[in-house]
Amino acid sequence: MDFIAAYLPSAMSNEMTIAQLPLALPEIVMLCMASIVLIVDLFLNDKTRGGTYILSQFTLIALILITIMTFAKQDTIAFHGTFIRDGMGDLLKIFIYIATFTVFMYSKSYLKARDMYKGEYYVLGLFGVLGMMIMVSAQNFLTIYLGLELLSLCMYAMVALQRDSIIASESAMKYFVLGAIASGMLLYGMSMVYGVTGSLELSTISAEVATKQQNIILIFGLVFIVVGVAFKLGAVPFHMWLPDVYQGSPTSVAIYIGSAPKLAAFAMTIRLLVDGLGALHVQWQDMLIILAIASMAIGNIVAIAQTNLKRMLAYSTISHVGFILLGILTATKEGYAASMFYTITYTLMALGAFGMIMLMSRMGFESDKLDDLRGLNHRSPWFAFMMLIFMFSMAGVPPFVGFWAKLQVLQSVIAIDMVWLALTAVIFSVIGAYYYLRIFKLMYFDTPQETSGIEAASDIRLLLSINGIVVLALGLYPQLIMGLITDVM
Amino acid sequence: MFESWPLLSLVIWTPIVGGMLVLATGGDKNATEARVLALVIAIITFALSIPLYTEFNTSSGSMQFIEHHEWMTLGNLRFYYHLGVDGIAMPLILLTTFINVIIVIAGWEVIKFKAAQYMAAFLIMSGLMVGVFSALDGALFYVFWEAMLIPMFLVIGIWGGPRRVYATIKFFLYTFLGSVFMLVAFIYMATKTGSFEILELHALPLTKTEQIYIFIAFLLAFSVKIPMWPVHTWLPDAHVEAPTGGSVVLAAIMLKLGAYGFLRFSLPIAPDAAQELAWLMITLSLIAIVYIGFVALVQQDMKKLIAYSSISHMGFVTLGLFIVWHIYSPETQDVTMIRTGINGAVVQMISHGFISAAMFLVVGVMYERIHSRMISDCGGIANTMPRFAGFAVLFAMANAGLPGTSGFVGEFLVILAAFKANPWFAFLAASTLIIGAAYTLWMVKRVFFGKVANEKIQNLTDINSREFLFLSVLAVMVLFFGLYPAPLLEVMDESVANLVRHILQSKIPQ
Repeated sequence: MDFIAAYLPSAMSNEMTIAQLPLALPEIVMLCMASIVLIVDLFLNDKTRGGTYILSQFTLIALILITIMTFAKQDTIAFHGTFIRDGMGDLLKIFIYIATFTVFMYSKSYLKARDMYKGEYYVLGLFGVLGMMIMVSAQNFLTIYLGLELLSLCMYAMVALQRDSIIASESAMKYFVLGAIASGMLLYGMSMVYGVTGSLELSTISAEVATKQQNIILIFGLVFIVVGVAFKLGAVPFHMWLPDVYQGSPTSVAIYIGSAPKLAAFAMTIRLLVDGLGALHVQWQDMLIILAIASMAIGNIVAIAQTNLKRMLAYSTISHVGFILLGILTATKEGYAASMFYTITYTLMALGAFGMIMLMSRMGFESDKLDDLRGLNHRSPWFAFMMLIFMFSMAGVPPFVGFWAKLQVLQSVIAIDMVWLALTAVIFSVIGAYYYLRIFKLMYFDTPQETSGIEAASDIRLLLSINGIVVLALGLYPQLIMGLITDVM
Repeated sequence: MFESWPLLSLVIWTPIVGGMLVLATGGDKNATEARVLALVIAIITFALSIPLYTEFNTSSGSMQFIEHHEWMTLGNLRFYYHLGVDGIAMPLILLTTFINVIIVIAGWEVIKFKAAQYMAAFLIMSGLMVGVFSALDGALFYVFWEAMLIPMFLVIGIWGGPRRVYATIKFFLYTFLGSVFMLVAFIYMATKTGSFEILELHALPLTKTEQIYIFIAFLLAFSVKIPMWPVHTWLPDAHVEAPTGGSVVLAAIMLKLGAYGFLRFSLPIAPDAAQELAWLMITLSLIAIVYIGFVALVQQDMKKLIAYSSISHMGFVTLGLFIVWHIYSPETQDVTMIRTGINGAVVQMISHGFISAAMFLVVGVMYERIHSRMISDCGGIANTMPRFAGFAVLFAMANAGLPGTSGFVGEFLVILAAFKANPWFAFLAASTLIIGAAYTLWMVKRVFFGKVANEKIQNLTDINSREFLFLSVLAVMVLFFGLYPAPLLEVMDESVANLVRHILQSKIPQ
């Protein structure tokens, strides 16, 4: 800690004491449990692998309870100004646990059928969650970077989990190389900001930046930080990795990458751009406008040309990132809250959409082509209806929750007198509606190639039904989540 | 006895929940159960909507049957579950629940493929459409407005004709594109008032520029729905491909939603912009009436012909609404003719609901027998189906606006008002009486009269009792409102007067 303290002038008054340790209780529990899962798994064979699964799920449930019980009522900065415990962080963490829990549950039978039901998936998954938790609670450039790298390394390894698959190795390689470049960019930007402000701690930086808004090196640093953030979020033009990784990785990993890490990336964006460089919002607002419009345009238009469902979802993610950026760029509290709501609801919908792919896949059959959805209404009207909910929700059609997320973001944009930006956004979402409609065409209007029903384990059926009903119920009463967000923002 | 009942909620949610129940009857094994259940729910819904008429206070122009509950607060916007109807919305709700019963009966034996889903889609859709007519909160209105597209999209796509995919995606994207601009306009106003309450938006002062932008945003949403020339091209496609029930709902109710939107939003929220842009609206209406009338004349496909005739008839509605400022003179302050015009427009909406529904059902009955909608495939049907031909001729006369049928009342009132505004408007609008008679009667002549055209026609059997039932009920309605429109005019009169008072006041902040 002396090493860090040397770089942290502000932390002098902020001694690290044992009394502060309970603040990091969720992180500590996660670290211990991930290590325990790692060790326990050594003593289990393929028949008893269920132990690893149950222990991982138990860990996540325990963390949900711990975080709810110790929910932060005010912001507390601890450990020499490297760590912050606040309501926004806690709320995001809870959703990260829930998302990961869902991911593990969806993936179980998929992994089993592909001889991938190994402990590594869960250990890497849990360490990834730890990385996300650190990102969410970071109050210092170094902590942010630490969390980000922990998460990224786990994800690189998870993509490559299917050793024999050429396409998986290729996408892991791509992901690693591009991810490393982006991390480098981020670090470079951080170093410039450090050079100007002399601090790595966000609140000190924030105070320093407010007095040095015109500093050219600071702006350069900001550019690199925005690039790094845009890469991690998957915003155009830093989106190239996303479709390849989604398509190349096993669906059980794609669902992991496509859900909880978005919440962490959102937190990182808020920490860096708002908590740290908030005074430069005039500068990053323009950058984010360009990123947002480009993401909505490329994401929605290119998605139309896709034949692979996972690739299509990747482009749809890119377009949703554009919407998330819209809320952030308003630089208002309402905008941040709207973006957070959008990110959480997007995670819910993405979980459902990937869950559908895993529901339909079987031994030796991936079911990730759009054509595999053909005639789903004949095979299983209920799950066709669930998919309908997810897709209409993503398209932003009421009464599903995706509509309220879009409404909130648009409202925050209109509130800062950028009606033109709101109009651009809605026009692109109409373009985006087209490829969702194509899915309905396949599911409802076409006759199936095969007439057999859906064979899937009962847990995934149940979870998917709950997931769909939640998206519908939140669409009727979005305040359930929005109320929580308003309380913590 | 109904004072304490949340009637509007019941009329909205009974068919929606009922539709879910119908879905739960499962696959095609239980098709009969699904049909019976759907019919029961449709009849219950219609019965529940009748007290809206009987208990309606015709001497008041304000909202009635109000239900006002807090829904939620998102960010700094408040949302309400606020329902209520005035004399303009109430008849449209009755029309919706009535047509819904007809559709269930008309689809009875015809829909064999996934009957439960078909019935459920229409039940849910009718609940959502009643929601649109009764919502007094803009966000609630928008939710119903968009949600309604989903069942319609599926109905055209699943049970439609060969080009159904093209038609239904076109239908969805056209309407969706129009609606999102309305959403932006709503959010813009809600940012000012803090809520989407329609009555608050009516009172919101807006500058001329703001009003013009808002008016255009609403125009994009509603003109697509009505549809007005030149954004009408989705309608013939959708009508041709849709199953009979889908065409009926589209023509009888969905088109009215656009016109209702003008009455509820465009005119009261942006009256100064409406005045400014009235020339545009009148021009578009007259183009629809005259030009689309000629387009209808050359159609080979009966459904297409009726679709174009619908566009032409809806032109009367928009004409009746936007001639207000041509009639009004500040000196005399006489609003009688203005009210006549708007009354005419609303009567035309209701009447067209019955007539277009009947016309599409007539084509549907024929299509089930000869599996063609081409005029050239028919001829001399009156020889083999005399009872059916009787109905068809009656509805065709109503479509042409023959006095004594409901089609005449609305058109006559609008033409009367248009004459006061500008005799040329009246002249052009009245030309439809000739064009309309030409295309409808010419079609009737070619399809029903003359020699029996072919083998198929020779072997036709006349309508059965089920078909007789729904056609005769519609015939009664068409004749009743044609001969005695007073009950309809009575309920809307005060509300229209209220609306006219409101829109003649400038909303520009002084």
